[in-house]
Amino acid sequence: MTNLLLFPIIIPFFFAMILLFFKEQVVIQRVLTLIGLALSLVASCWLVATVKTEGIQTVTLGSWPAPFGITMVSDMFSALLVTTTILLTFFVVWYSFKSIGVERERFFYYPAILFMITGINGAFTTGDIFNMFVFFEVLLIASYLLIVLGGEKRQLRESIKYVLVNVISSALFVITVAYLYSVVGTLNMADISVKIAEINQPGIISVIAILFLIVFGIKGAIFPLYFWLPGSYAAPPIPVLTLFGALLTKVGVYAITRTYTLFFVHDIGFTHQFLLVLSLLTIVAGCIGALAYFDLKQIIIYNIIIAVGVILFGVAQMNTSGLEGAVYYLIHDMLIKAALFVLIGIIIYVTGTSNLREMGGLIKTHASLGWFYLIAAFGLAGIPPLSGFIGKLLIVKGGFEADNAFGSIVILASSLVVLLSVIRIFIYAFWGEPGTRTLPETNKQTYRQLMVPAVLLVLVTVVYGVGAEWLMPFMTDASNVLQEPSIYINSVLKE
Amino acid sequence: MELLLAIVIGILFTASVYLILSRSLLKVILGTGLLSHGAHLLILTMGGLGGSAPPVLIDGVTDFADPLPQALILTAIVISFGVTAVILVMAYRMYAEHKTDNMNELRGNDEHD
Repeated sequence: MTNLLLFPIIIPFFFAMILLFFKEQVVIQRVLTLIGLALSLVASCWLVATVKTEGIQTVTLGSWPAPFGITMVSDMFSALLVTTTILLTFFVVWYSFKSIGVERERFFYYPAILFMITGINGAFTTGDIFNMFVFFEVLLIASYLLIVLGGEKRQLRESIKYVLVNVISSALFVITVAYLYSVVGTLNMADISVKIAEINQPGIISVIAILFLIVFGIKGAIFPLYFWLPGSYAAPPIPVLTLFGALLTKVGVYAITRTYTLFFVHDIGFTHQFLLVLSLLTIVAGCIGALAYFDLKQIIIYNIIIAVGVILFGVAQMNTSGLEGAVYYLIHDMLIKAALFVLIGIIIYVTGTSNLREMGGLIKTHASLGWFYLIAAFGLAGIPPLSGFIGKLLIVKGGFEADNAFGSIVILASSLVVLLSVIRIFIYAFWGEPGTRTLPETNKQTYRQLMVPAVLLVLVTVVYGVGAEWLMPFMTDASNVLQEPSIYINSVLKE
Repeated sequence: MELLLAIVIGILFTASVYLILSRSLLKVILGTGLLSHGAHLLILTMGGLGGSAPPVLIDGVTDFADPLPQALILTAIVISFGVTAVILVMAYRMYAEHKTDNMNELRGNDEHD
């Protein structure tokens, strides 16, 4: 099965095309989407097992020798990200059955999700820098549809800005690839790494490194480039927001991690110091936003920005603990953000508002929602048995080992701010007396059907935290490849 | 030749940045068009302008232009074409809903929607 690593890309793509023929039959669409995602999940789990036993999997399309064809590479890092992507999309699709509304489902909602998954998995798996650009565009164009679908006034206003920002960053991506091509004369990522090592990273390569940081930083929302994210992400409905918040910025983070551990490893003093400073500023900016708002969505959206900063701080250390922690925390963050967004979606459904000041006393009527929200909130902040702990512990340890004690202290302090921001939601929404506002009529059955996928997602994050011992070998494999580019290069450019 | 093209591309980028920072949405979209033109010309230039024959196999010709940048540009053109079509339709729909194309009047947050 040499083509195994293509299955998580091709299966969603195939099902998305099939779904285009069933525009009006919503039930068929729902069933087919779940089947497609379940099949992809099986394939990706199988891929993780294969990568674990046999090492990095590569396919060069069309049997051309490695630097000349497009290579698809699945190391443990990308295999784990692909699995996480499909797993949480499965739950979000399940959740959207009851929350997105038939009108949107009839206008290509599910095909758009599957095309977006195709693009995301492709971007995680590709071993060719221009192919990565193409997969970015696949996921972005599907996300343009998802963000504007429904055509509300606010959605139209915010999606124009989202599209413009992404068009500009895509043009910058093309420009950067052109510069890189003129310097090294190749597009295969392993070959680029070899060529950069041969010329020993002159100044122009450092310039290209910063350009890549700008390009992927716009996608991944790092400090000076995150301005578009809070407005755009608040516009679409909750399931779309969940997918965006959990997946899209993480593709940018993955791309930064990949380029900064594979290409630009010869002048760490400049490039990685730059990344380190930006990641700390990202954390500070996210913390300010997370405390400033009384709006459920905005609080969690700013928590995305904090997490991006924490992961990139881990990457910037370039030592075992830092990279291992970054990989662990990246996957934790995808899962926990999905869980939190679907839970606040239920809170918004129950109360009919996203303004914290108008809520209160929900624990009396919706006790299970409250306790599961509390578990997810503790998981996000990194309370020990839960999933956020080990990743952050390793990142902080990496920071101390690399003599960046100040950065580690900032991260520890940011955990307090994160905890405060999510506990504030708990206190305002669940404690106290019922708010001034009368609750809208909600259907008990709908509420229960929304709760099932949300609870399952929270349980997945709990297992991810409690089963750390069992998962650690996978994380070690993933960070080994990041730390030792020669493993990646040798498996791609083998004779 | 490369120097001349670099200057032309620089002018294209300048014009596109100026247009993107303007107030009218249609000018912003024209700016993105110029930006993608600049990016595509840049790929062509950075690939090198050497080679006297088009990259088609003909007997007796040995000095070809680099075929790779041309393939990259072709891909990028199609993608930017698709995205431009999407953004034009979005701009049209937004004009129909909001009755304005002035970007300054499209501000808003949760407090006033």
